[in-house]
Amino acid sequence: MIAALLSLTLLGLALGFGLGYAAIHLKVEGNPLVEELEAMLPGSQCGQCGYPGCTGAAMALAEGSAPITLCPPGGRPLVEVLAAKLGVEVDLAGMADSGPQVAEVQEDLCIGCTKCYKVCPTDAILGAAKQIHAVFREACTACGKCVDVCPTEATRMIPLPATLQTWYWSKPEVAA
Amino acid sequence: MNPNHVGANSFARLANRVRMNSHLRGVHPESHKALSAEPPIRVLPLPERLFVPLQQHIGAPARHLVSVGEKVKKGQLLAASVGLVSAPVHAPTSGRIIAIGDFPGSHPSGLEMPTLTIEPDGDERWIESEPPSNPFALSPEEVALRVGAAGIVGLGGAAFPAAVKLNLSRRSEVHTLIMNGGECEPYLTCDDRLMRERASQIVEGIRLIAHATGASEILVGIEDNKPEAIAAMRTASFASPVRVVQVPAMYPMGSEKQMIQVLTGQEVPAGGRAADIGVLVHNVGTAFAVQQALRLGRPLVSRIVTVSGGAIMAPCNLEAPIGALAADLVRACGGLRSDAARLVLGGPMMGTQLSSLDVPLVKGSSGVLALTSAEVEQTRPGPCIRCSSCVSACPMGLLPLEMAARIRAGDPASAVDWGLKDCIACGSCSWVCPSHIPLVHWFNHAKGDLAARERLKMKNEATKKLADERSERMARIVREREEAARLRAAKKAAADAAKKAAAEAAAAAKAVEKAAEKAKEEVAP
Repeated sequence: MIAALLSLTLLGLALGFGLGYAAIHLKVEGNPLVEELEAMLPGSQCGQCGYPGCTGAAMALAEGSAPITLCPPGGRPLVEVLAAKLGVEVDLAGMADSGPQVAEVQEDLCIGCTKCYKVCPTDAILGAAKQIHAVFREACTACGKCVDVCPTEATRMIPLPATLQTWYWSKPEVAA
Repeated sequence: MNPNHVGANSFARLANRVRMNSHLRGVHPESHKALSAEPPIRVLPLPERLFVPLQQHIGAPARHLVSVGEKVKKGQLLAASVGLVSAPVHAPTSGRIIAIGDFPGSHPSGLEMPTLTIEPDGDERWIESEPPSNPFALSPEEVALRVGAAGIVGLGGAAFPAAVKLNLSRRSEVHTLIMNGGECEPYLTCDDRLMRERASQIVEGIRLIAHATGASEILVGIEDNKPEAIAAMRTASFASPVRVVQVPAMYPMGSEKQMIQVLTGQEVPAGGRAADIGVLVHNVGTAFAVQQALRLGRPLVSRIVTVSGGAIMAPCNLEAPIGALAADLVRACGGLRSDAARLVLGGPMMGTQLSSLDVPLVKGSSGVLALTSAEVEQTRPGPCIRCSSCVSACPMGLLPLEMAARIRAGDPASAVDWGLKDCIACGSCSWVCPSHIPLVHWFNHAKGDLAARERLKMKNEATKKLADERSERMARIVREREEAARLRAAKKAAADAAKKAAAEAAAAAKAVEKAAEKAKEEVAP
């Protein structure tokens, strides 16, 4: 009895320390660039880039197999930070920038089917069965998932309206 | 400058000041103040409608407390302040609320803002109030509280809630209170007229502000192009701790940081506030509002506004209720000439260009200007010739041409390294630029752009958290479902097993019975 207890305890301790040592000293490093890139991406896992979520997109970006303009919700500001991070030259003139967008539920078309709020990756839609849904603009990443699932085309993307808190001077005209 | 103006105990400061003056930068635009400086302040005849915006200050918009159809008295609280930096709004006259909704405001964006529309009844009945018999007997906290409740904001133009500044100053133990009578913007004479006509009230307001902050040294800085105002303020402040100091007329002398530099010889550190060097700055108009609030119990519901410019028939200063339309003020000054080329709310250097005169006056509006095409230069910008006129003009010692070049190249972040955050947007650089480059417009654009990026970054972080929380929740739901299914399966298995066992037991019992019967039968014969 004592011999069995002792031998099992010793075995457990030895294996535990071994595993603990391995976890610290033999750690397999993930690509730190992937992590950094992922932190820059919106993180809504919308899949519009064609990759399985933002981690997949970050891996593709790190490998260089995806263009840095891949993320529609990130828009132009994201392209700029990605270009700076990856040291890539990018011609933004060609990229259509509709400015920041946000989803909107048109109340006269919404039938309260709850499909959109079930797919929203950031819980930005408030709704219940047979109730008109509404979008929290602060939480919406404009990923467009809700637009795809809406059976009545009640959800759509609109440019984020300027408010007194967000408006700022436009770019002045440059010398000819 | 005559040292007698400053008082005997401040030779060191005077020496400092002279030194600082030689470093002081700025511009000297034509003042045009003579247009409106002489006629005394008139009271604006009550307009037919008043449009009172809920956001007239820096900070959170006030929340309205009245409903459509409600009768209000003059000075009644219409909207309460929300949050730490905010200010309440009071009824500018007695009458009826006829609408609550969006109305074009005096914001440069032209965006509509939540506004209360009041139909005056013409009686001008004030609310009953009980002003303290001796406001100096109140504790500093109580004074700040009353200033906040009266909806007083900085009347020099920035409209920062005055009580917030008082509380901050008390906490950071300011020793010097500077009253800003600089009024360096061309055309504007509202502070000048106020100091000439109501100096004693202003001085009492100044002493109340000093009481609320505990400042021991009180200086009033007035530009030397307002000799009558200086004389009136000196007379009113005779034998009081308030000292009136004449400062050179130069734009932007009325800017807080420049005024501090001239009067104390100290510079506010980059990225810092006046309170960091123990100084609090208030506008003289704010002091008048403080006096009215504490002596008479009257909240801020009107202000002095300069109506001027070459396209105004009879320029003058009006005491107008908050919410009066710019058009009402212009009409009271004889209307517009036909050659008005530009309408401005505020001063010509930092004011807001208006597309129509149908915008309401707010607490921070110091002027309504109608300028002729001869007064405004409308020239297309040319290329930068690197003459560095803007560098010599910049009162903050920045390099506007370098900052603008970086912003133009699409890199506003690097303009921050060149001091963009210290730009006070005074517009001196644009004013001197021989190529008519709208430098200050570039800086305002860049500041907005950077703030928008910062907001986007914060939003991305917040939405990322939401997305993580959601995926976690989804995983938990799946896990819980699986667990429930497993539990159900286990229960079912247990029930089945029990049933089977029961059936087996029954079968066994039957077999035993049968065996017993058989035995009986065998025994019976």
